[in-house]
Amino acid sequence: MIEILANVGAAFPAVDQSYLLEARQMQALSFAMHIPLVCFGVAFPAFVIFMEWLGQRTGQAHYTEIAKRWSKVMITLFAAGVVTGTLLSFELGILWPGFMSNFGDVFGLAFGLEGFSFFVEAIFIAIYVYGWDRISPRLHLLTGVPVIAAGITGSLMVIAVNAWMNSPGGFDMVGTEVTDVRPWEALFGNSHLWPQLTHMYLAAYIAVGFTMAGVYAFLWLRGRRDRYVRTAMLVPLAVAVIAAPAQLVIGDWSARNVAEDQPVKLAALEGLYKTTKGAPETIGGWYTKDNEIEYGIQIPKMLSLLAYHDPNAEVQGLETVPPEDRPPINVVRIAFQTMVGIGTFMVLLSAWFLISWLRRKAIPKSNWFYRGVVIAGPAAVVATISGWVVTEVGRQPWVVYEIMRTEAAVTGADGIVFCYGALAAVYAILIVATAWVLVRLSRKPLSPGIADGSGVQEEEKSRVAG
Amino acid sequence: MLGEIPVILMLLGIAAYIVLAGADFGAPFWALTARGERAAEIREQTHRSMAPVWEANHVWLIFVLVVCWTAYPEVFGSIFSTLWIPLLLATIGILMRATAYVVSGIVDRTSVEWVSAISSILTPFMLGTVIGAIAGGRVPVGNAAGDPITSWLNPVSIAIGVLAVAFCAYLAAIYLAADSQRNGETGLAEAFRTRAIGAGGVTGLLALAGLGVMARDDSSIYDGLISGAGLVAVIVSGLAGLTAIVLLGTRRYPAARIAGALATVAVVAGWGLAQSPEILPGLTIDQAAAPDNVLIALLFSIAVGLLVLIPSMILLYGLVLGGRFDADPAKAGGILADPAPGSRPVEGPGRAAVAVAVALFGIGALVNIATDGGFLNYLAVVMLLAGIALGALVLARSLLANLQEQ
Ligand code: HDD
Ligand code: HEM
Ligand code: HEM
Repeated sequence: MIEILANVGAAFPAVDQSYLLEARQMQALSFAMHIPLVCFGVAFPAFVIFMEWLGQRTGQAHYTEIAKRWSKVMITLFAAGVVTGTLLSFELGILWPGFMSNFGDVFGLAFGLEGFSFFVEAIFIAIYVYGWDRISPRLHLLTGVPVIAAGITGSLMVIAVNAWMNSPGGFDMVGTEVTDVRPWEALFGNSHLWPQLTHMYLAAYIAVGFTMAGVYAFLWLRGRRDRYVRTAMLVPLAVAVIAAPAQLVIGDWSARNVAEDQPVKLAALEGLYKTTKGAPETIGGWYTKDNEIEYGIQIPKMLSLLAYHDPNAEVQGLETVPPEDRPPINVVRIAFQTMVGIGTFMVLLSAWFLISWLRRKAIPKSNWFYRGVVIAGPAAVVATISGWVVTEVGRQPWVVYEIMRTEAAVTGADGIVFCYGALAAVYAILIVATAWVLVRLSRKPLSPGIADGSGVQEEEKSRVAG
Repeated sequence: MLGEIPVILMLLGIAAYIVLAGADFGAPFWALTARGERAAEIREQTHRSMAPVWEANHVWLIFVLVVCWTAYPEVFGSIFSTLWIPLLLATIGILMRATAYVVSGIVDRTSVEWVSAISSILTPFMLGTVIGAIAGGRVPVGNAAGDPITSWLNPVSIAIGVLAVAFCAYLAAIYLAADSQRNGETGLAEAFRTRAIGAGGVTGLLALAGLGVMARDDSSIYDGLISGAGLVAVIVSGLAGLTAIVLLGTRRYPAARIAGALATVAVVAGWGLAQSPEILPGLTIDQAAAPDNVLIALLFSIAVGLLVLIPSMILLYGLVLGGRFDADPAKAGGILADPAPGSRPVEGPGRAAVAVAVALFGIGALVNIATDGGFLNYLAVVMLLAGIALGALVLARSLLANLQEQ
């Protein structure tokens, strides 16, 4: 059965491509650029608008100052997100024409709807950022709402495509032909979509919350404890410490979905070779050629419990499919454990903060907490990328799960490998330029009187303000 | 019939991209070549005019791609696998343009001008060669079936690429003249006017030369352009181009803008008419089209999308062209005046809000763990998300209220 299906693409036949690996790495590199940036596109507007609202309501200048400064950061990251996204759309055609030719009509609709989200987001972000003090405050605040909404619909649409790749439906296969395409069903009648979307959406809020809090926690550790820094640190932190524990629950939901739809992916991320009843969970270690995990710590029955919420459930092992149908086990497994490890770390950090606040009405005193927050920002980004490695590499060798192999999707063009280097160089320039702009923005002095009561020297203020 | 609607939408999208984003690519050319006393002003104006709109303009390109891969998947795959080199170079140009744009919002622009300038040549040229390759019938159906080099490096492609570069510069000069006039900077408007007229002349000559190149090429595009509806489109385009130059001569810049746009639309339409019914050699539009139900779904979502998009665009362009974003906020007054801020301090959350947040979060989490799919599962997720939102709000209020007291 799988043999036959793997030949999809007779209409647009698969070709020999010796640079499949490079093509995959180019795709991965572009995602690793795009995804952290779009976390900001999805989640950051809500933070900025909340600050502006506080400023309008209380009349206290520091809220407005934070909102204005953040909105500059927002448009900078948005611009970088837009171009990396554009590159991604080009890459879908340049690298994977076989995939697009055979299935473009099945999932294309979602990208069409996403295009309109992009329009709305780009239009209203421009009005928001260039409209400060130029349109009435209430209207200005309102222009933020479509930006937040477009963040939701934008991620919904792109995740719908990805969920479809993980759990394809909404079409029939007759021989190697894709027939009877039902695009709405393919995209939105897919139970994989909702856990994936919720998980990604929360990841964006967590990543942005901890990153922004981390920037100010860094200043805090260097002795800046004025009202401006506290406010700018505590609001993102409040979001992150509530969302991080919830991510455990949603991650569990995602994992159960994977167990159901993609048992081989689950087996890969747990390194489980034999189909087992009451399967153990192994933490750490390395999956060897002999299909065992060396140096791991085993917790009996834990995997069955986690994946099916039943300690004696049977979990399908890797042995059920031939070796060429298995993803690279160690990559997927390490990525998964990194994500879960970081998730757990963030839950502990959240618990520390919440307990301190509930018991003493005070934020943690120890500098270790703030060091943790500084680390949590980049860690959340790492977790997000690791999660995507789990999803994407874990699906290999399929690009459309059990329907189309990645080697049938790839372009036949030679020389793709040469542009890999060029692309990496251009990305490096983009990163440096964006980082440099952000640093410049952060060095702009605050308006007078904003940090008030802080006891910080004027010149010190302008040096590290931000 | 249904199969042809998406191609019309794509052509409109291409025209919109040229008319709107083309000026964005052309502007850096004028910034780079600015010399003499007005140089600084010219640079300033090129940046200011483009900054608020370039991201939205840019989405037209995405729109065209997406319609293409949904409605004509095989065409998309064939074009992108054969023409990957110019397409990749075009995106690198876009990336450079964005980088320069991001950086130039902050610093002295001259340092990044060369980056913009390269992109302003690279992207239109490469996209022009892509159009040339398709129009010249050099993209066969199949995975990388065409020649990776000569498909886009041939006289027709190069002629269209060069024409695209000149046309972008021309459009940019018209728009910049109009923007300067609106801001009451007459001297600057004059400077752009001269440039626009010069660039318009050059573009016209290049267009004629391009037709000559096509005539000598063995593809059939030339025949399509000099007969029937294709010819009408070419004539309309030429007349609109001439009208634009006359309007520039009489300093009616907004009207010149419209004439310039019309010239673009006509030329794109001419291309479509000349090439139809084939979209790639041996493949007609109808053969390439996705099944009807997919097209209906696509057209339906585009229609819904336009309902949202059109008012939003009107709002954005109304603000930009109305000069709202140019005004100095201090001078603006009226509804632009300082917010009349409230003076309510942040209060700590009420007990009820805390209880509701905790309950939503807790019950949502527990029910989510206990259920597997089904209505209850989804309800639990919604509760959990509501719990997160409310919980974060409650916590933030409590933290901020506490901060105020200190
Ligand atoms: C802040 C980031 C973050 C954190 C803390 C976690 N995840 Fe995650 N995870 C993601 C960010 C992420 C992600 C980037 O958003 C992914 C990639 C694809 C997706 O939908 O979400 C993802 C995917 C993903 C998948 C694969 C889904 C699929 O292939 O369809 C599973 C099974 C989990 N996660 C499970 C977990 C568990 C059990 C966690 C417990 C701590 C966890 N994640 C924490
Ligand atoms: C729609 C949303 C999609 C998302 C969010 C997504 C996400 C990702 C991410 C994050 C990676 C990096 C994995 C790594 O670091 O190795 C990746 C890799 C990859 N993606 Fe996707 N992807 C999507 C769609 C696609 C499409 C349309 C294709 C086209 C066929 C594709 C094919 C691949 C391949 C082949 C890899 C490399 C896998 C490997 O290195 O083993 N993905 N994707
Ligand atoms: C195959 C995968 C993807 C493709 C082809 C893609 C394509 C694009 C494109 C073309 C843009 C630019 C839109 C513009 O011009 O305004 C963009 C931006 C964006 N993308 Fe992606 N994208 C992909 C994956 C993702 C993922 C996984 C997310 C996460 C939820 C995402 C969320 C966004 C958002 C929010 C933006 C708006 C720009 C920003 O906020 O920085 N995209 N994407």
